[in-house]
Amino acid sequence: MTTISSDHVKASPKSDIAFILKKAFISAAVALVLFSLMIGVRTEAGPTGQLIYWTRFDDLAAIVAAVFGGSILVEAARRWLGPIGPGTLVPASVQGVVAQSGRFLAPALLVFTLLVPVIFYNQRYILDLGILVLTYVMLGWGLNVVVGLAGLLDLGYVAFYAVGAYSYALLATSFDLSFWVCLPLAGLLAACWGVMLGFPVLRLRGDYLAIVTLAFGEIIRLVILNWQSLTGGPNGISSIPRPTLFGIPLTNDDDGLAALLGIEYSPTHRIVFLFYVILGLALLTNWVTIRLRRLPIGRAWEALREDEIACRALGINTTTTKLTAFATGAMFGGFAGAFFATRQGFISPESFTFQESALVLAIVVLGGMGSQLGVAIAALCMIGGFELFRGLDQYRMLVLGMAMVLLMIWRPRGIIGHRAPTVYLKKAEAISSDLVKEGHG
Amino acid sequence: MSDHLILSVDHLTMRFGGIVAVNDLSFAAARGQITALIGPNGAGKTTVFNCITGFYKPTSGAIRLKQRGASDIALEQLNDFRIAKLAKVARTFQNIRLFPGMTVLENLMVAQHNALMRASGLTFLGLIGAPSWRAAEKRAIDLAIFWLKRINLFDRADDAAGNLPYGDQRRLEIARAMCTEPALLCLDEPAAGLNARESAALSELLLSIRADQGTSILLIEHDMSVVMEISDHVVVMDYGVKIAEGSPQRVRDDPKVIAAYLGADEKEAISVMESGE
Amino acid sequence: MAYFAQQLINGLVLGSIYGLIAIGYTMVYGIVGMINFAHGDIFMIGGFIAMITFLILLSFGLTAAPVVLLVMLLVAMAITALYGWTVERIAYRPLRHSFRLAPMLSAIGMSFVLTNYSQVSQGARVKPLPPIVTGGYTLVEHEGFVVQLSNVQILVVLTTIVLLAIFTWLVSRTRIGRDMRACEQDQTMASLLGVDVDRTISMTFVIGAALASVAGIMYLLYYGLVDFFMGFVAGIKAFTAAVLGGIGSLPGAMVGGLAIGLIETFWSAYFSVEYKDVAAFSILIVVLIFMPTGLLGRPEVEKV
Repeated sequence: MTTISSDHVKASPKSDIAFILKKAFISAAVALVLFSLMIGVRTEAGPTGQLIYWTRFDDLAAIVAAVFGGSILVEAARRWLGPIGPGTLVPASVQGVVAQSGRFLAPALLVFTLLVPVIFYNQRYILDLGILVLTYVMLGWGLNVVVGLAGLLDLGYVAFYAVGAYSYALLATSFDLSFWVCLPLAGLLAACWGVMLGFPVLRLRGDYLAIVTLAFGEIIRLVILNWQSLTGGPNGISSIPRPTLFGIPLTNDDDGLAALLGIEYSPTHRIVFLFYVILGLALLTNWVTIRLRRLPIGRAWEALREDEIACRALGINTTTTKLTAFATGAMFGGFAGAFFATRQGFISPESFTFQESALVLAIVVLGGMGSQLGVAIAALCMIGGFELFRGLDQYRMLVLGMAMVLLMIWRPRGIIGHRAPTVYLKKAEAISSDLVKEGHG
Repeated sequence: MSDHLILSVDHLTMRFGGIVAVNDLSFAAARGQITALIGPNGAGKTTVFNCITGFYKPTSGAIRLKQRGASDIALEQLNDFRIAKLAKVARTFQNIRLFPGMTVLENLMVAQHNALMRASGLTFLGLIGAPSWRAAEKRAIDLAIFWLKRINLFDRADDAAGNLPYGDQRRLEIARAMCTEPALLCLDEPAAGLNARESAALSELLLSIRADQGTSILLIEHDMSVVMEISDHVVVMDYGVKIAEGSPQRVRDDPKVIAAYLGADEKEAISVMESGE
Repeated sequence: MAYFAQQLINGLVLGSIYGLIAIGYTMVYGIVGMINFAHGDIFMIGGFIAMITFLILLSFGLTAAPVVLLVMLLVAMAITALYGWTVERIAYRPLRHSFRLAPMLSAIGMSFVLTNYSQVSQGARVKPLPPIVTGGYTLVEHEGFVVQLSNVQILVVLTTIVLLAIFTWLVSRTRIGRDMRACEQDQTMASLLGVDVDRTISMTFVIGAALASVAGIMYLLYYGLVDFFMGFVAGIKAFTAAVLGGIGSLPGAMVGGLAIGLIETFWSAYFSVEYKDVAAFSILIVVLIFMPTGLLGRPEVEKV
């Protein structure tokens, strides 16, 4: 036995190279066949409407060569650096430090976020990006209640985002209600929709739940798209009122905030204001979620994720527990949607596609299901990383898709896989993700 | 039927398609006593449990939980969680069902869900941190600590339940069921997988639960030493029907029981006979 | 009545296409236990490859319909099957024993990759194709209504029947089919008994992708166009079909496909075209709630 295993370890470099080359050739051959027609040939409707094609063999050659080279690199790394996994890329000690430093990391991040409008006051791009990231942080935290805590897989979360956005847009444009009146209404309406979705899917588990929520999200989008008289259809709703500061508009008018304070008007005021609004909303989501986890309802959510049958044996009404999880998650989604509508001033069904749901779910899973800090970091990385590819707009989904595949292979349990206990006698010890279940739904 | 009964099962039948798992079974469990349900593998014991605790809807028959000074509760008409919530019937599972990713303490807190839910004003009082909620939470933790000390797991309160050794998990599951403050505790093979020392400790725990809390216990068990030592009354099932009933001694000497075990599993039959010597 | 008959024909043809895609979903779900979200995009890729093959053949002056169709079929099945194999190899195999959510997100990611890949490599515009198979028969003429059966429709249904026959033979009579059924029951046991589980799963993806590519060709022939986004909606509907028929059941996938095709066609014909997808998705939800195991699926018993 020992001779065999040591033989295996000390395989000669020569056979290593032969093996790597062989694998690289196979990969290149597969790539050649895969890309031969799709990349080697380009089709387009010609001037007469007839399809014409031209060849792009140089592109094909370049890609096949890249696959060949990449394959050599990956195989070489795998052979000489050992198997690639979270254990080798991030040593256990570092992981522990990350988990421990969470206590300091979270406040540090919070302070930094609070100061962003001060530091980057003149960089509108960064402020806009910050608002975008915070919107996704909030969506991630909202979905985290459903997926991370209750363990109910929801692929249609964007539906509640849409309900919130359209509720605000319609209430504000038809009844002239202010943002601060509409915000709770939007959340409430979204929560109602959450319950409406929750009721039928109560009995479903796992992948069935995923596909039904996906279908629900699509139904909402299609109804919005086709109900022209109410929603404006594909044209959307425009000139949605901007939020006010206790009734004081942030405009360049005489009754605007700038005029009242006697300072010079700047459009940045509104951006900064929006930044703090979404930050406040996100923090509210976070605070409520943390509180709920320590209350019986939150513990019941987590217990539901761990073992539904045991929950029922303990007298927990799993129906209402699931519905409250859906409603709570949906409500936060609705808040975020209302904010989105007021920030954009214009909404259309295009903003509420399945891709958004998948992106938010990816943020939650990548963050480490159930971890608030992890979700925030994941949102920052995903949305921030996404922005790096702004110049390559048409490749964005390609990059997002690849990132999702690679990140899942690298860290199936997310950045922060530990679970923090909600109550303790002596010491709160993080629970390893190997023990934490991911729920049945 | 009078006050001294906690549970009566009358003409219970459970069919799965063409298979009759339980056939016209009737028995009763006395209040404040330990009743054991034994029988060879596949006799239908767990099916009876699942009917009592509402996980299965019986095909026919009546299951009554008797309450002191109140009307009976028809368990066959209640859903699983209502049986635990309203009728105060708690149960454990053959294959342990803890919440492995939650701590030992959290497991016991989840068990007090319904009481805590009321105390938290359906979450709203809890969300604002009302003093009444804080007091209730404190009491819940105290109850959990009480049970942790009873099962000798106080030192491991903050460990994940999934990290406990097997025997500790069995005891924790019983403690979790007890945290619901049940009138009837149903244990599905609590001694399965335990060694002799752990079995003895389990017997002691169950006897003390009966003595101190006055909780009635219904248990399914294969470990005859446990059954003979602690039960007040034994019901023997085979192929879905009751074949004998009575005190441990009477059941042990019943030829029908010995035949049923011999037919099904020699070792178990021998252990039945040996424990009589 | 004539109108009804015409819609019936259209529905059955559309249902055949959905059924072919649904088989891929149901096979993968049966063996690996995951929804292969990228399967709809595999179908789309199959359509694209067939379209490109056709253009190349056309430029070489090959126009004889039977030859063109055969070459399209072979090329598209071969290359698309390789796509199926590669997707499993890259995105699913490393996650096979991982947490359940990981392969699902990886599959969604893969779906994005394939959609965007064909958008980038072939452009976002719809690719229209001249009809390859033309002509047809007029079955009935009645009070101004005409019931027509085109050659394309005959071809789609015939191809589906032939493929189903081959496929049924493959699953029930061959070694690989037996391995697949064994893996569906119990992967660990199958591997202990000498079944190469990795290879069997790869074969499942290959066969599923090949069938999806045929569906892609049929779609191309029937509608005369392909576009990069057609995989998503067709994929969800085919999955609906698989669920409706009872996931894991191969005849169920076909029955479900036909049912969805008919429902969609009749809904468009008698109610509104705009809401035809809403109808299909609503049916998915209703079926899952009242018949979670579908029409031909095995009931799942909750173990306590």
